[in-house]
Amino acid sequence: MKLNFEVDGDDFLLAGEASSQVKKVLKQLGVASDIIRRIAIAMYEAEINMVLHANGGMVDVDISPEKIYIVFQDTGPGIEDIELAMQEGYSTASDKIRELGFGAGMGLPNMKRYSDDLKITSELGKGTKVEIIVYLNREGD
Amino acid sequence: MIEYLHSVTLQEDKCVGCTDCIKRCPTEAIRVRHGKAKIIDERCIDCGLCIKVCRNRAKKAMTDKLDCLSEYKYKVAIPAPTLYAQFKDIYDVNVILTGLKQLGFDEVFEVSRAAEIVTEESKKLLKSSNLKKPVISSACPVIIRLIQIRFPELIEHILPVISPMEVAARIVKNDLIKRGIDEKDIGVFFISPCAAKATNARNPIGIEKSHVDKVLSIKEVYKKLAGTLKRLDKIENLRTSSYDGIRWAMSGGEGKGLEIDNFIAVDGIENVIKVLEEVENGKLVNVDFIEGLACTGGCLGGPLTVENSFVAKNKLKKALKNTLEEKAGDCANLHTEDITLFWNKEVLSKPVMSLDEDMNIAIKKMEELERIYEQLPQIDCGSCGAPNCRALAEDIVRNNANIEDCIFMLRKKVREMAEDMVALAQKIPASLNNKDF
Repeated sequence: MKLNFEVDGDDFLLAGEASSQVKKVLKQLGVASDIIRRIAIAMYEAEINMVLHANGGMVDVDISPEKIYIVFQDTGPGIEDIELAMQEGYSTASDKIRELGFGAGMGLPNMKRYSDDLKITSELGKGTKVEIIVYLNREGD
Repeated sequence: MIEYLHSVTLQEDKCVGCTDCIKRCPTEAIRVRHGKAKIIDERCIDCGLCIKVCRNRAKKAMTDKLDCLSEYKYKVAIPAPTLYAQFKDIYDVNVILTGLKQLGFDEVFEVSRAAEIVTEESKKLLKSSNLKKPVISSACPVIIRLIQIRFPELIEHILPVISPMEVAARIVKNDLIKRGIDEKDIGVFFISPCAAKATNARNPIGIEKSHVDKVLSIKEVYKKLAGTLKRLDKIENLRTSSYDGIRWAMSGGEGKGLEIDNFIAVDGIENVIKVLEEVENGKLVNVDFIEGLACTGGCLGGPLTVENSFVAKNKLKKALKNTLEEKAGDCANLHTEDITLFWNKEVLSKPVMSLDEDMNIAIKKMEELERIYEQLPQIDCGSCGAPNCRALAEDIVRNNANIEDCIFMLRKKVREMAEDMVALAQKIPASLNNKDF
């Protein structure tokens, strides 16, 4: 099944709405709680990134009994060096954002840590697409 | 035997079938059916919010009556410290405990004394612990039940110590048995601010069986006690608890006693849900401890109390000031070495929100739910008896409701049908002369 959300870029306090909704749906689908938690963390990080760096965007969620596939698409400034952005502690957040308690440089690393597959495609000035996959029945990893 | 799930019940004759309680229930556990509120047993976590919001007082908690003191030969009252914040101009705990004893109890033992023991054990656990951070307090049974239903992943975060109520009951029974009293003759009466504790006495979490025999609401005791307190001639020195134990009654009390700075004290179930959501999102890994209490202001805001939570806080502070001035009495018979202070039964998740055990079917139902939801007016009026349009859509896919339960959908169908009738009425069989019809 598919779910779509629009993430409003105006208010970082509202970020997390999509991940909250998805969490509720996954609980109703009976998805194991450890998996829900991984998705919640990965989604929340991606959502907050869209708000802080790209003025919001779209989230598409595709849920099947095998996996959960989430696509975050924004039309923000894009990521200059993805490899660098993946490093823990690296952040391009402004002082203003840091003052709000964000910009610790853990967003992308956390997304990678909590997902089974993470793909980032980005074009400067055009936007960024983040794809996250979490498998539901994969054991032992 | 059917599992005892909750203590909140409905007094049918008083219920007018309004939407007050269904709208506020944090687990969407109430529906209006045939003009009366109906609680979905496995979803109710006994928070008591419906008791508080019902303007017709149709919701109540199943607690015991003072009459049942006669069922036991040896009766002990274990009052929650919230009791100390209920009376007008009485801030001396010894006065309240003396009065309580005169209602027919052989002894009183304070739950706040037991709370101090729980604090000591919790401190050790938090230091040594390999518990997942943030550790979540197990003091409020509503929050534990909420976690079982809505946040199963957080079960591992709960501090596995038994509650002050249970510790108090164990201390009392252990001591009396040591003194040669037959266990079956002992009645331990918890004086409770809430319904959830009553449930815990019947169907505890984390342990097999509770040592509490009866639960009296603070309201029930207040009626008799308020009068008795005015007629006391001799005040006994019964208080053995002090500041740290008594302040458990209010939000932040447990956390402050733990002597850690890095904790969150959150009260009011809606606020607790928000904080637990953040824990679930991995946002609070740097916090050591979360004290979440379902009622506003903590236990002082319990649904079975007499005094308003905020006024009660003012009164408790006065009682606390008193305890700083006068030393607590000794408590020689604790024998805590005999008592288990930890959970010994696994706390399991309760997936009552799941649409189906088979995920393929659950996904189909969820798609159907979304389709139905799109058709509904999405104004969450509650007229269908469900708290919001989404809940109605969920009830429909669970076969517990029909789409015509929505008055807007019903009206739409009636209109469509009427339009069809009009259209049909204008059709004239070819064989007839349309001037005649």
